[in-house]
Order: sequence, then C-alpha cells, then structure tokens
Amino acid sequence: MLTYLAKKLALLIPTFIGITIVCFAVIHLAPGEPTAMQAELNPKITKEAIERMRAHYGLDKPLTTQYVLWMKNLMRLDFGRSISTDERPVAEKIRERLPVTIGINVASLILEFLLAIPLGVLSAMRRGSLYDRTVTVVVFIGFSIPGFWLALICMEYFGVRLGWLPISGLMSPEYTGLSTLGRIGDVALHLVLPVSIAAFGSLAGLSRYMRASMLEIVRQDYILTARAKGLPERTVIYKHAMRNALLPVITILGLSIPGLIGGSVIFESIFAIPGLGQLFYQAIMMRDYNMIMGSLTIGAVLTLLGNLLADLSYSLADPRIRVR
Amino acid sequence: MEFRKRFFSDRLAVVGLIVVLAFFIVSVSAPLIAPYEPAAIDVDKVLDPPSPAHPFGTDELGRDVLSRMLYGAGISLKVGFVAVGIATLIGIFLGAIAGYYGGWVDIIIMRLVDIMLCFPSFFLILAVIAFLEPSIYNIMIVIGLTSWMGVARLVRAEFLTLKERDFILAERAFGAGSLRIIFVHILPNALAPVLVSATLGIASAVLVESSLSFLGIGVQPPTPSWGIMLSEGKEVLGVAWWLSLFPGLAILLTVLGYNLLGEGIRDAIDPRLKG
Repeated sequence: MLTYLAKKLALLIPTFIGITIVCFAVIHLAPGEPTAMQAELNPKITKEAIERMRAHYGLDKPLTTQYVLWMKNLMRLDFGRSISTDERPVAEKIRERLPVTIGINVASLILEFLLAIPLGVLSAMRRGSLYDRTVTVVVFIGFSIPGFWLALICMEYFGVRLGWLPISGLMSPEYTGLSTLGRIGDVALHLVLPVSIAAFGSLAGLSRYMRASMLEIVRQDYILTARAKGLPERTVIYKHAMRNALLPVITILGLSIPGLIGGSVIFESIFAIPGLGQLFYQAIMMRDYNMIMGSLTIGAVLTLLGNLLADLSYSLADPRIRVR
Repeated sequence: MEFRKRFFSDRLAVVGLIVVLAFFIVSVSAPLIAPYEPAAIDVDKVLDPPSPAHPFGTDELGRDVLSRMLYGAGISLKVGFVAVGIATLIGIFLGAIAGYYGGWVDIIIMRLVDIMLCFPSFFLILAVIAFLEPSIYNIMIVIGLTSWMGVARLVRAEFLTLKERDFILAERAFGAGSLRIIFVHILPNALAPVLVSATLGIASAVLVESSLSFLGIGVQPPTPSWGIMLSEGKEVLGVAWWLSLFPGLAILLTVLGYNLLGEGIRDAIDPRLKG
C-alpha cells in the first residue's frame, strides 16, 4: 500500500507542473492583456501609463521569468494580487469563495449518489422492463438538457410563479435575524434548485455505470454460488452483488469532479451564488490574469486531489488494484 | 449486417438517428423552409405569443422565433461538427503515435492527456475564449483543442492491442513502413470506437456552444444561435415564455439525439457492453 501511495504521489508532481504550465500558457499566449481592458475603459490613457501599469503587474518581464516568479509565489500559496480595482490577494478571494463551491458540489454529489445507485441497481434487476426503459430515457434527458436552461425554467416556475423557492443568492436578506436552525433552513432552501439541477444533470453517467456494473456482477460465479446455497434473492442482490458492483463506481467520483467544478460557473452566475465559479466568470470578463490563473490552477488541483482520493479509496476497497 | 440488425432493433438508437437526421435536414434547408428572414425586424409584432402566422411567437425585435431557430440549427451543428472534427484529428494523431511508438513518446503524450483531463474543461474554454474575440470560429477551435483526450486514449488502446497481432507482424515482415501500418492497417480497426466518441462529442460540443453563447462569450448576435436566443429570452422570461421554451427544447432534442445515437452505435458495435 505504501509503495502504491508513493508511486501515486510521485506522479502528482509532474502533473502539477504540467497544470501550471498549461494555465500559464493559456493566459499569456492568448492575445489581449488586462491593460488593454483598462485602456478600453479609459480611452484617454497614455502609452506611458500603460507601460507603468504593465511594469506594476510584472507583465513587462520575459514570459519565462514571469512563470518562474509566479511558480515561486505559488509554492508559498501566493497567487499574486487580483488585477482589478480592489487589488486584493487572489488566494484570499479564492479562499472566501471556495467553501461555497465545494459545499454545493459535495451536496450535489451526495444527492447524485443517493439517487443514481438505487436507480441503477433497480434498472439492472428489472432489465428491459418498463421501469428500466423509463429510467434510461429520464437520465438521458437529464444528461442532454442544458443546465442553464433547466435552471431558468425552474427559477421561473418554482421561484416566480409558485413562489416556493428563493431563486438567487445563498441566504435571504433577513438571514442575520434568524435562529441557528432558521439559518440552516434558509440556506438549505436556497440550495434546493442549484443542487438538484446539478445532480439531475450528472445522474446519467453514474446510474448507467451502476447498472452496467451490476449486470456484470450478477453473471459471476460467486453469485451463482450464493444463489445455489439457497440464500434469499434479497441477500444475493444487496449483500453479495451490490457491494461488489459499487467498487468501480468510486472511480466515477473522481471523474465527475471537473464537470461539477466547470458547471459551477453556469449555476453560480444564474443563481447569483458567491462561489468560485462566479468569481472566475467575473475574472474572465475583466481579464484579471492572476485571478484566472489562480482559479484555473485551483480547479485543476481539486480535480487532481479528487482523482487521488478516488484512486486511494479504490485500492483500499480492492487490494487487487495495488498490484497492477 | 449484424451491426445494422442490432442497431435497428434498439428503439432508442433509432429515435436518436431520426432526430439527428431531422435536425440535419432542417439545418441545410433552413433558407427554403423558414417562413421569414431570421433577421427581419417587425416593430408591430414585438413579443407576439405563438400564433398561426408565427408558430413559435416573435422576439423583442419582432423577429420570427421559428425562423431564427431553423437557422440556429445550422450554427449548432456547424460548431458541433467542426469542433469534434478538430478534436478527433488531434486525438487520432496523438493516440496513434503514442500507441504505436510507445516508450517516451507514449509517456509524454499520456501525461499531457492526464494534465488536460484535470482541467474543468468549461473553465479552460472560458479562460481561452475570454482573451480571444468571441466568434463562432474561435469557439470551434477552442472546444476542439480541449476535448481530444478521450479519442487519444481510445486510439492508443486500440493500437496497443492491435500492433502485436499477427497480421501486423506479417505486414512488417513484408516490409511495410510505419506510416503504412498506422494508417492502412491499424487505424481502420480503431475507427468504430472513435465514431462513437465523435457522436457523443457532438452532443457535448452543442451543449458547450449554447452555454457559452448564453453567457455572452460564444457566438455573437445577430447570428441566430440557440444559446443567444435563450439569453435574450431570459430578460423577458416572465412575459414571453415562448422565447425561452422553444430554443431550449431544440438544444435538448439535438443533444439527446446525438447521445442516443452514440450509445446505440456503441451497443451495436459491441453487444457485450450493452446493459
């Protein structure tokens, strides 16, 4: 286990360096600079002022020097300052927003697993039935539906027409006046739409995977053995088959992280949720170099860690993996 | 024959095929079948609800929603096809050389794949698009450049299993060159999974294009993209539901069609994978 862990960790380093290079290249090789944006906003700006601004942000140095500097600071978790009017450290701005995005994504993941696993198992057990076909169609619709569109429709219907659910932000204006329980309820109510829409969109992958995995398992000899020794079907399915079918699903967890983080840009801007996605979108609009690089790096590193976590839990659950 | 029989016995796959063909026909014949010019402004008919004259209503400039949607079909498909074309070419190229040559080439390419897979692709696409002029061509290129990894992995895996097979060894013994072996003997065998992945890729490219256009950094108005129509409709959602409903349904149907078709082809190619 230790050598497996060490191997995995050693592989993280080149991947991480690669991530930073891609981030850096994307931002600096693309035409358009943050100073250009400010020049657009203020047409009277002089050439000297732009040069001073570039020097101020370190944009006048050669690319390699900029990268090395950025990387050095990164080692101290310093992503530089936001190239916007508030000039606050990027790390600080991200730290404020990250818990919101992670919280929402974890909530969506939990909901997704709670729904997808029973859906998939039942589909496999009743393969070809009306239930199976209905579930297949429904999860495919979820997979194909534009999330932002579904969000709009739900906001209009549940939020505006019916008035059941709040449609923007994380908390009501009267939040501070509420009791602790009231506060939790308030935030939970605000999260219903974004979390369930995100979960609906990602249901397909997991439930189809679970179904396929389950169908594969029930064909195995040990299931035949379990049945042959007279165990009730319930025990065979839920104890012997499902446990084993759940194993490969762990990898799906790691794979679904980038999609969730990417999707948070859309959900957070539609629902006005102050998370990393919204921050990133604003940074994009302002061409805030440091902010974009910081968020992009954090997004990729979160994925990297998610994958590592999935790998490790998989190898803990299934010792055969470690040997390979 | 086997393939065709299996494919057509899968009802969902056939539905997918029909939807895909229908949208394809609509998109090429839009100029013929659209009742109005997509950009024709009619100030007397601003935000008219659906009626016989305008089956899907009109928008805030009095333009016919149905006509704009018919033209929008072409935009979505163009982005989908070109983006997936780019991704597939890159994926085949990198996957083939990684799988065929192995060793260092393979290690470097697969590391690159791992790195690219770490990025939330929507983040990456947004970051690049933000610095380029938002235009339909930039979107195609950027989606293509950020979605080749799956194809590369598939092609590499096929190459790894195929290159040691006897028929390839025989070719080599007869003196066939590497290029000939790659393109004439191995690649055709790897095309089936690539076709599946390309079909599914079109679905996700259409989704990404509509999301980008919706956020205002995709296809630019007045081009009638479905995503733009939705973003314009958002402003008047309370009073003009038809502006938000129909383009959204069109995206859903197109994406669903390609997804069902892709899954159907996959199941028909390899029935063992069918659940």
